[in-house]
Amino acid sequence: MSKIEINNIYKIFGPNAQQVMPMVKDGASKEQVLEETGHTVGLDNVSLSIEEGEIFVCMGLSGSGKSTLIRHINRLIDPTAGEVLVNNIDVCTLDEKEILEFRKKTMSMVFQRFGLFPHKTIIENVAYGLEIQEVPEDQRHEIAQGQIKAVGLEGFEHQYPAQLSGGMQQRVGLARALATDPEILLMDEAFSALDPLIRSEMQNQLVELQAKLKKTIVFITHDLDESLKLGDHIGILNGGRLVQVGRPEDIILNPADDYVKAFVKDVNRSKVLRARTIMTKLDQFDKSSINPSSTYKYDEDTFIEDIVPKVLKDRSTIEVIDKEGITTGFITSDELSVALTKTK
Amino acid sequence: MIRKFLTYYTFPIIFVWLLVVSYNSSKRKPDSVMELLTDPSWLYDWPKWLDIPLMKWINDGFKVFNEKYGIYFEVINDFLLGAILSLKKFLIVLPWPLVIALVVAIVFFSSGRKLGTTVFVGICTFFIGFLHPKFWDKAIETTSIMIIGILICIIIGIPLGIAMARNNKLRNAILPVLDLMQTIPSFCYLIPGIMLFGLGAVPAIIATVIYAVPPLVRLTDLGITLVDTEVIEAAEAFGASKKQKLLGVQLPLALPNIMQGINQCTMMALAMVVIASMIGTRGLGDEVLLGLQQLNVGKATEAGLAIVLLAIVLDRITQAYGKKIQDRNKPPK
Repeated sequence: MSKIEINNIYKIFGPNAQQVMPMVKDGASKEQVLEETGHTVGLDNVSLSIEEGEIFVCMGLSGSGKSTLIRHINRLIDPTAGEVLVNNIDVCTLDEKEILEFRKKTMSMVFQRFGLFPHKTIIENVAYGLEIQEVPEDQRHEIAQGQIKAVGLEGFEHQYPAQLSGGMQQRVGLARALATDPEILLMDEAFSALDPLIRSEMQNQLVELQAKLKKTIVFITHDLDESLKLGDHIGILNGGRLVQVGRPEDIILNPADDYVKAFVKDVNRSKVLRARTIMTKLDQFDKSSINPSSTYKYDEDTFIEDIVPKVLKDRSTIEVIDKEGITTGFITSDELSVALTKTK
Repeated sequence: MIRKFLTYYTFPIIFVWLLVVSYNSSKRKPDSVMELLTDPSWLYDWPKWLDIPLMKWINDGFKVFNEKYGIYFEVINDFLLGAILSLKKFLIVLPWPLVIALVVAIVFFSSGRKLGTTVFVGICTFFIGFLHPKFWDKAIETTSIMIIGILICIIIGIPLGIAMARNNKLRNAILPVLDLMQTIPSFCYLIPGIMLFGLGAVPAIIATVIYAVPPLVRLTDLGITLVDTEVIEAAEAFGASKKQKLLGVQLPLALPNIMQGINQCTMMALAMVVIASMIGTRGLGDEVLLGLQQLNVGKATEAGLAIVLLAIVLDRITQAYGKKIQDRNKPPK
């Protein structure tokens, strides 16, 4: 059972969404629907499943429906058709009281423009989720204090959000989302409004936090590098349709269509692909060519960025080993050149 | 099908009905409808029979209304009059230096301890009585009427503004009413006010509320609508109920706008209290009116100045508080 399962979600914006549904189901394009009925197709038959403890990145350009999709998971938006299962419960069937309870306990959200409360201090902001749950004040401030420390903002507890820089504000956003200890974290373009250096810093902080916390994270972005860096799985949306779901290396090596191809064209492959993905398997490799004195062992999860200099400079062969140290394959300059240049 | 029929034909049907009614009720209608066809002279001058008997309807309706429900208005009248009188008595019994000290204290704390504003307002308050001793009691009388009027405005206006912000249908229904309240000349409702409540302070309060409540309603609605959608989404994402969202996020963030509304409301109430002197409301407006009647320019100007001073004092108090909240929400970077 997956943590979050989205089955055949459709979302149509407009006054008579249900009447437009058959047209969309018959495969009419977004432009066609808009021209004929004035309705906007937000999501068109999207299905995906997200496993517990992974970072699922949902990527697409603006208008591709990614922000709409994430808001279906906590039902800030109701779907026109389809179901969203979280912990095997259909979110769309919950009544008003249940949905509030569900949002309080199960998930929290981080926003692109931070969504902080300007009239509350940092500690009050971080404690907001607990305040809604009616946790007594000293208790919730104690928890909030811990989260503020975790994101490195000690000393700013009693300032107001407007007194902090963008990066610091988003740390508050992150701390606020973590304070309720949710199972699921929804991050809507959380780092997009930050400048590149801060963004990269925040990405690292998220990866670090995730290694400890093991939350299920749904991360929305329009930045491919970001999605490759963070994502265990990536889903690519275009015009409300899900065009490809896969591991980062699947997306790079086997782009599903021209849209994805255009996206991955400029990616630095050596930073994304791992030894395991590009090696020639042990049984298919001609071992006679190996010179044992210039063979190095590398873990199968190593990025090829780290292998390139060894292979190219010293003409060495890389012996790829798994966690138990058993050899699973080999990489030579042949494999490298194919991996770094191949475009299907 | 029926709904479509109604939207297309309701207004034409009402219009035709009004035509028939006006024709039938007119005393100067032609002998027969046929005459209209043979003699087209009615096309040149507006015919006498083309006249909705709206005046008669309103007069009759008002009379019935007054007879049937007049007793309730008396209760309201007694209540409001009692409130004004006790407030006025309380303020007049206080020694004037104490009143000035009170005003100064209020300004000092509501403005976030700004010394300049506080001193300025203190001097303005002093000058009201300094212009002419009898202005002091008159100003207190005017202020009492206004305070009661503004309280009623707040009790009506803020909840209405909140309701409008939450419900688009209600907003569309209320907005034209607000326009009407602001554009109908005040004398049109001063007169029925007198008929329902008698001369004096109470019809002045009713007129004040009608005139001054629209900006408060609008600015409350606007303030809540303008709260950043992402901030609202954040509250929702954490499972905030409607009540928690309103009290914890929307109202506090709309407060600068609401305070602006109360400020506008105060200024308009002051303007109306002066006009209301024409229906026998006592206070500073009374003095202006007297000066005009006696062609005593000096007296009218003096009283006018006193009103300006009172306006400055009330404006500073309400503005200062709004600004303090705004500064807290958006401190300088």
